[in-house]
Amino acid sequence: MNEYIPAIIYGVLFGTALRLFMLRIDYRQYPTYLHGRIIHLSLGFIAASLGTLAIPSVMEEQYTAVTFLTIAASQFREVRNMERNTLNEMDAFELVPRGNTYIEGIAIAFESRNYLVIASSLLVTSFYVFIGWYAAVIVSIICIIGAQVLMSGSSLGKITEIERAELTFKGAGLYVDSIYIMNIGLPERQKEILEYGMGFIVTPKSFSVRSTIANLGQRQAILHDLSVTLGVFRDSGTPALVPLIKRDLNDGRIGVFILPQEKNLDTALSVLAKVPVLEHAVQKPHFKKEASS
Amino acid sequence: MKMEKVILGAVTTEKSSVQGGTPVFYCEGKKEMESIAANLEAILDGIAHRLTDELYIIVKH
Repeated sequence: MNEYIPAIIYGVLFGTALRLFMLRIDYRQYPTYLHGRIIHLSLGFIAASLGTLAIPSVMEEQYTAVTFLTIAASQFREVRNMERNTLNEMDAFELVPRGNTYIEGIAIAFESRNYLVIASSLLVTSFYVFIGWYAAVIVSIICIIGAQVLMSGSSLGKITEIERAELTFKGAGLYVDSIYIMNIGLPERQKEILEYGMGFIVTPKSFSVRSTIANLGQRQAILHDLSVTLGVFRDSGTPALVPLIKRDLNDGRIGVFILPQEKNLDTALSVLAKVPVLEHAVQKPHFKKEASS
Repeated sequence: MKMEKVILGAVTTEKSSVQGGTPVFYCEGKKEMESIAANLEAILDGIAHRLTDELYIIVKH
């Protein structure tokens, strides 16, 4: 048996396990089903193998072998495309779509997690080869903690204050608190909306957050998450019952209007607080100002 | 073809309030106007917006 075999087995197993650990089965996220999981586990296994094999090949003076890492990069860029295409295709049939920004965020997460697996496997194997199995175990634990930190982005509850607000009609205009949502003409529809609708006001905690929650993709993500968990009171061809978010131009608050199937205030508030802040929506005007001055 | 923000029709009890190329549905009373607007909303997959008490427009968003 080759002297590197234990290190390689450890590295590959650890990498695959790490991918499994990062593949949280979340009710809001794709993949929710077995086949999606198998695809990502297999790719995770490939990523782990690539990362693991780099060190033994260098030790054996097979320097050119390292170039296969470049194949890995293009391979996993393909993962991102695959995710993006699938989700885009599905999005057209959602009653409340995810929106492109959310999809891009998910696709990026899938790609980057594979790179995390490569890097972790490489680290773990090198510690195994150069120091010993105990060092590899310690590094593995550090990698798991690191992956968890890198994986958990911010959520809406951390950057904003969320509260319930009343839905009111002034003439035909629907308002959440003082934020105008849309014009609903028919009295029948107005009645439905007052009966089934819920309104929330999301107030930004800082100036930078204003532009983040103003982002249309972020707003769509909020609506999608709420609709997926609470259900929607609508069907195709009823645009008057589409959930909407509008913005107060004076202070950057946003008014969320939804028509849930299940009108549960506590669930709604906790889902709102857990909506992920999308990478592409984050803007930090303060930092930009300081950098340019 | 995908149309956005188009007025598909107007429903009114006041003939003089709408002119031009939009299809106009003239109604005798408020009840009739509301039921026609509701039907058109369902048929055309649009939203019935109320501009004044005498005038609804059906808009495709």
